[in-house]
Amino acid sequence: MSTLVFLEHHGNELLNGSLGVLSKAASLGDTDVAGVIAGSGVRSLADEAGKFGAAKVYVAEDEQLEAPLSQPRVDVLAQLVRDRGIDTVLFGNSVLAADVAAGLAARLNAGLNWDLTDIVQEDGRLVGKRPALQDSVYVDVGWTSEPRLALFRSGSFDPNATGGSAEVEDVQVTLEDFSTAARMIDQAHEESEGPSIEDADVIVAGGRGLGGPENFTLVEELAKALGGAVGATRAVVDAGWYPYATQVGQTGKTVSPKLYIACGISGAIQHKVGMQSSGLIVAINKDPNAPIFEFSDLGVVGDVHEVVPKLTELVKQRKGS
Amino acid sequence: MKIAVCVKQVPEAAHLRIDPETKRLDRSGEGALNPFDAHAVEEALRLKDATGGGEVVLVSMGPAKAQDALRKALAMGADRAVLVSDDAAAGADLVATSYALAKALERESADVVLFGQQAGDSDGAVLWAAVADRLRLPVVSQAAEITHGDGKLRVKRQTEFGYDVIETPLPAIVAVSDAINEPRYPSLKGIMGAKSKPQETLSLSDLAVESDRRGQGGSRTEVYALNEPPARGDSRRIDDDGNAAQAIVDFLAEKRLV
Repeated sequence: MSTLVFLEHHGNELLNGSLGVLSKAASLGDTDVAGVIAGSGVRSLADEAGKFGAAKVYVAEDEQLEAPLSQPRVDVLAQLVRDRGIDTVLFGNSVLAADVAAGLAARLNAGLNWDLTDIVQEDGRLVGKRPALQDSVYVDVGWTSEPRLALFRSGSFDPNATGGSAEVEDVQVTLEDFSTAARMIDQAHEESEGPSIEDADVIVAGGRGLGGPENFTLVEELAKALGGAVGATRAVVDAGWYPYATQVGQTGKTVSPKLYIACGISGAIQHKVGMQSSGLIVAINKDPNAPIFEFSDLGVVGDVHEVVPKLTELVKQRKGS
Repeated sequence: MKIAVCVKQVPEAAHLRIDPETKRLDRSGEGALNPFDAHAVEEALRLKDATGGGEVVLVSMGPAKAQDALRKALAMGADRAVLVSDDAAAGADLVATSYALAKALERESADVVLFGQQAGDSDGAVLWAAVADRLRLPVVSQAAEITHGDGKLRVKRQTEFGYDVIETPLPAIVAVSDAINEPRYPSLKGIMGAKSKPQETLSLSDLAVESDRRGQGGSRTEVYALNEPPARGDSRRIDDDGNAAQAIVDFLAEKRLV
């Protein structure tokens, strides 16, 4: 096997999600594991990849690769797969990686299995593990030809620093005209003020079921009583109710606190993937059919405007006693 | 402006199941318009208005009865629908689906092609990027806002790091998030009017999709087995009768979290 891992970076650091996939690839054994880093001024990141299991790192440096746009990266990966006899390409899910993976699938007519949580060697073939239909069924999936492409759900693997070092090879790529047609006008920068919710032991999160931005005070007060942080869903962040830095989910933070209390959150897959590995999940929602109840340890069918303030009072009383 | 919207009929949530025989999603029951796609239809109607008119055409792949789901999008205000429906398309994965869909979109030569952010049945959230590569068009996903001017689109998208602003020439493909708008409900007039709007059905042969690129045979992935999910442990459920807050505190105390 010859495996290539797409290594995504932001703010001059490789993403943990990418490094986790790299460590997984290295643990599969019987395979040459290489990483690919595409960007501008990113060569120094290659050493880091070596520590997490890459024997080789391909570096594609080009000003046109500076912005995190998918299409020029498809050009880079397609060329590598064709020229280097790569049979398997692995991606950790992100907005960027998903689009690169699918573009590459079309370019190479290569099978892409997505939303995988694991990959194993079974009976001499690679098998992907995929939870489907709200995780109600676990599907074993495979590929009928090479190259095989796999996109893993965020947080599927932890990075494992084994301390190796990688051979670094610069690659020259030719970019397609259509791949560079879209231009980044203003790129997001990570907000640095305030403590990150990723480190909190307790998170109280609010969704659209709160009814309006003013009701976030209910969530804030409960979080304060429990000594926790406040989280939010994409819907309320996009609606401007709460800052982006608190967003939990696919395009927000992936968190795993000891306790996660979801208030007025339906539990759409976009949100679920960011919090499903929390230790204990308590959900309060007035809709008994909300998907969040499918993966809560305690589900309360009730009105958040009534239950949450009472809960805050009871927690305060208990802590005060 | 001519806008194509790629939409899909998905099984009603209550009927979501995988057929253990074929290991494919069971599409025999009641279907509905994929809820994520309603946001793409709404955005198309908004863009059409904002650019002083044009046409919104729905492009879909699915069983023949998917025309019902398309009629709902027509009732919202789309002008006509094209459904690629062919028994030979069954079992198509991303490679085969994106190939056929690209062929259907080629016929339309739209200025903008919109997608919803994911399929409610397969949770697929990648099709646009594959179609864009086949059509050699620029693509932007996770759009939270789209504006049009000077023959270009300016797209605000959300990523793991916040909001980016991306500008793309036309034609272009954009996948919109479900937070970009609130889809309108079809009016009675819209529902009545939808019945007389053109709904075309095409076979894969009509689109000149080669026989070895159709359905399962034209796919590159397969399903080996279906397994039970791991149990999540005890899950408790209570209805609030005024004492739910106390029940939560008791639960947290039992788990030593308060």
